[in-house]
Amino acid sequence: MQPSKEKLLEMLRTMLLTRCFEDKLMELCQIPGKVPGMMILCTGQEAVASGVCAALEQDDVIIPNHRSHGHLLAKGADPGEVMAECFGKITGCNKGKSGTLHIAVPEVNALCTTTVVGGGIPIAAGTAFAQKYTSRKSITVCFFGDGAADEGSFHEALNLASLWDLPVIFVCENNLYAGAQRHEEHTRIRDIADRAAAYAMPGEVVDGNDAGAVYAATVRARERALAGLGPTLIECKTYRCRGHGESDHQVYQPREEIEAWKEKCPLPRLRGEMLAQGLMTHEELDRLEEEIRKTVEEAVRFAEESPYPDVAEAFTDVYV
Amino acid sequence: MQQLTMGQAVNQALREEMLRDFNVFIAGEGVGVSIHDNPLMPTAGLLKDFGPERVKDTPVSEAAIAGLAVGSSVMGLRPVVEIMFNPFVTIASDMIVNHAAKLRYLSGGKSTFPLVVRMKSGAGFGAGCQHSHNLEAWMAHCPGLKVVMPGTPADAKGLLKSAIRDDNPVVFIEDMMLYFIPGPVPEEEYTIPIGKADVKRVGSDVSIVSWSKMVGVALKGAQILAENGVDAEVVDLRTLLPLDRETLLTSVRKTGRLVVLHEATRTGGFAGEICAIVAEDALNSLKAPFRRVTGPDIPVPFSPPLERFYIPDENNLVEAVLGIM
Ligand SMILES: Cc1ncc(C[n+]2csc(CCOP(=O)(O)OP(=O)(O)O)c2C)c(N)n1
Repeated sequence: MQPSKEKLLEMLRTMLLTRCFEDKLMELCQIPGKVPGMMILCTGQEAVASGVCAALEQDDVIIPNHRSHGHLLAKGADPGEVMAECFGKITGCNKGKSGTLHIAVPEVNALCTTTVVGGGIPIAAGTAFAQKYTSRKSITVCFFGDGAADEGSFHEALNLASLWDLPVIFVCENNLYAGAQRHEEHTRIRDIADRAAAYAMPGEVVDGNDAGAVYAATVRARERALAGLGPTLIECKTYRCRGHGESDHQVYQPREEIEAWKEKCPLPRLRGEMLAQGLMTHEELDRLEEEIRKTVEEAVRFAEESPYPDVAEAFTDVYV
Repeated sequence: MQQLTMGQAVNQALREEMLRDFNVFIAGEGVGVSIHDNPLMPTAGLLKDFGPERVKDTPVSEAAIAGLAVGSSVMGLRPVVEIMFNPFVTIASDMIVNHAAKLRYLSGGKSTFPLVVRMKSGAGFGAGCQHSHNLEAWMAHCPGLKVVMPGTPADAKGLLKSAIRDDNPVVFIEDMMLYFIPGPVPEEEYTIPIGKADVKRVGSDVSIVSWSKMVGVALKGAQILAENGVDAEVVDLRTLLPLDRETLLTSVRKTGRLVVLHEATRTGGFAGEICAIVAEDALNSLKAPFRRVTGPDIPVPFSPPLERFYIPDENNLVEAVLGIM
């Protein structure tokens, strides 16, 4: 199903927000003590989360991985709370206990995020099981990278989900790298989607820089899942335009490769398409970008002005 | 003497053992081509010098990495595999706990598994609890494994060389924060025996027992205590399994007081084992109850003030010691 004008706008908005949000984090994490720890960004991959989440309803569950800012924002997480979490502030989504790597936003059904590679895939089978068990009209989406498809958890979870026709979509964001290992250095298989055949589920390769194509594939897989026909594996071919994290200087990524993929950046692509098709005017675009810039500025201000948690907070939330 | 960080010291040990013995190879996620192009990291430059046959970058597959170590070691190779961060050992743990630790016993002593699993541990780098979780007590709960946790670059080098030459499976845990702190390392060839503790500071009033990064905290604490008229002895266990009971008990019998310091959480932490040994075998020497200074029983929080609070420091230690003086 081709996305409507509203859906296209929604996706563009999410992509612009994610890019603007992460560009800001990129800046802030250079300032000592500001945003501690690792800073793992999805620059260049925004079309995946935006396309997938545009096809979801509020009740649908997502299970993101370590590269999660785009997933969370696309599902509707509050930018201020996500930013505050990255800062480690008490007003963050998780009161500063998580930081950037495992932000959970249950308010938008991003129930849990894991930075253990492959960890989310069996969990997604579990949430999907619960959805089926309670006859809910919702599904689960699990986001993971090409590297995660090398973990045993991927194979065990796909097998189980297929066996029990669980309503889950496995979304592999193949950004060509798993850490410093390029795709062909960590698996012989060219398309991760081919692995679906081993578990008797559909496997689809999608241009991960084409938000509309990602959206359409997700709509199909979601319908299938809701019809009780079981899971789908969607492989979105995309590219990690920055290092694994911000401390990675990409010495192993060929310059020309990075430049070539920057040309294929999903943002100008969707923006260009919408302008060309007359779905929005330059003025509307300017207004949207300005609004997003303000949203991100406000998120940073909120994070900066929020206090750190009291030490006593360290002991809360271990148990219910 | 050369000044090396622990990362560089581990690197030298790997290098020297690979030169010495062709059966030694290394494998892990990014041990060759890495996202950290930093010369202080333990495997920096090894790919260039030893080639991709001996420096194996693996897929993100911890179970297979540990299985590779088990299988290749029973064939006579001496694998040194890396688990990127301590918490990810859970994925490798079937191979380590159920296989590496037990298969020799199950073979009635006929098969040997001379492998080393290296892993980074420790809190303090703001990554949160899925990267920072000190699980050494889990490993030490597995007869058949040796568990080594060096606190200085020199110990790391000598102990890793011993670990590689050891015919048993060795879990070698490196605190990441030590990778960047230089210390003296002998230039000449040496090894340090596994299972031998080291008295890092001689004292007469209290035995502070520690390992890994907390040895540095213990020494700082001892300094402050000295200024307060308390003469602390610092015992660096270096190896948790097999444990050097003799050095531990000798020290406690001498000083009559025991404080155990570790970063791992308290309940079920290895300090409990140390205290139990002292209670069993040196209770009569104790002039005061023993104390444990440990991380609190919580997952390592991300937020900077909370993470700082989590990690025991010299003030926590000094307070505990003064409380039993
Ligand atoms: C179980 C586990 N092993 C290793 C790591 C360290 N690590 C974090 S991300 C990553 C690469 C993952 O690659 P991929 O799944 O392709 O996701 P990408 O980072 O490319 O988005 C690795 C090895 C981890 N977090 N968890």
